[in-house]
Amino acid sequence: MESMAIADRLQAQFPDEILRRHVFQGQVGVSIRPARVVEILRWLRDGDALQMNHLRSLCGVDNGRRKDPELARFEVVYHLYSIVLRHEIRIRVQVAEKEPAVDSIVALWAGANWLERETFDLMGIRFNGHPDLRRILLPEDWKGHPLRKEYPLKGKEEWSGMTELLAKIKELDTFGFQPTDAASGQTEPGQEKQS
Amino acid sequence: MGEITEPVVKLEDGVRLIPGANALLGPLNKLVNWGRAGSIWPVTFGLACCAIEMMDAGASTNDLDRFGILFRASPRQADCMVVAGTLTKKMAPVLRRVYDQMPEPRYVLAMGSCACSGGVFETYAVTQGVDQIIPVDVYVPGCPPRPEALMEGFIKLQEKILKEQFRWSQWR
Repeated sequence: MESMAIADRLQAQFPDEILRRHVFQGQVGVSIRPARVVEILRWLRDGDALQMNHLRSLCGVDNGRRKDPELARFEVVYHLYSIVLRHEIRIRVQVAEKEPAVDSIVALWAGANWLERETFDLMGIRFNGHPDLRRILLPEDWKGHPLRKEYPLKGKEEWSGMTELLAKIKELDTFGFQPTDAASGQTEPGQEKQS
Repeated sequence: MGEITEPVVKLEDGVRLIPGANALLGPLNKLVNWGRAGSIWPVTFGLACCAIEMMDAGASTNDLDRFGILFRASPRQADCMVVAGTLTKKMAPVLRRVYDQMPEPRYVLAMGSCACSGGVFETYAVTQGVDQIIPVDVYVPGCPPRPEALMEGFIKLQEKILKEQFRWSQWR
């Protein structure tokens, strides 16, 4: 089925949830409200006509510097594909700026677990009902979410683990082997200590 | 006592072979450095695309084995570490731990722009050169360096080892 036809069916089924469609280079994306995302994705997955049984990707987008006023600050983008029927669609869930959160779809696709953790780690979008929402790429005690547009490229402060490591290295280096041009640990003949 | 009848062969400055006695005579520095330079066993620390070039340098076309360079999978059997790739801050403690597990004498070869200086990744997550974490002997620039460049780096390391004096202590 053509992606536009899928979008039409989605529009007919959930008229209040669909915000708008995006078409770019023949690819169709559908912006939706966040409230019923699990229901919509379940309908796409389980319906006999569509059978979108494969979650290709799940990621977050920060629209903080985009000019388009209709876009919310954050988006969670789902790419769905039907292995049986070989058609695809992109779902863009609009997420508000304040305490961004979406319902988790781990119940639908177990593979979404780590993808949602990654999105949480880098963008700070929370997933309600996620079984284990921890950081996945960055160290656990990292502060901030680096893929947000307001996050400076070099970070605001040094990661505490790095400062600890640099302090530890200073200590370790005092025990290290110091190569010298003299025979270390050896004494000149005739200078041996009498023990 | 037997007299040395065969001539003494001069191998290089200060090192002589006595064929009759089947013995080498020379300063310990030279003999030890010769042994070390001819058997650099690096522990691999492949972190990114540079590791592919490192593997290529070890494979048959370029063949690091002919320098006596055999890759080891354990730091305890190695005396050189090839840091090949981008070192993130999260990985830095691991790199230091592996380095601390290597016995003396130990050398470090930083391979690629990222390992030398952080490269293009001047960001929150990447160390700006592995020399922040461990002392580096040879820097091999490139993105990634070709296997020939890595070989040149190993030859530079051999030259450095051959110039060393008294690199041992009463404990090691």
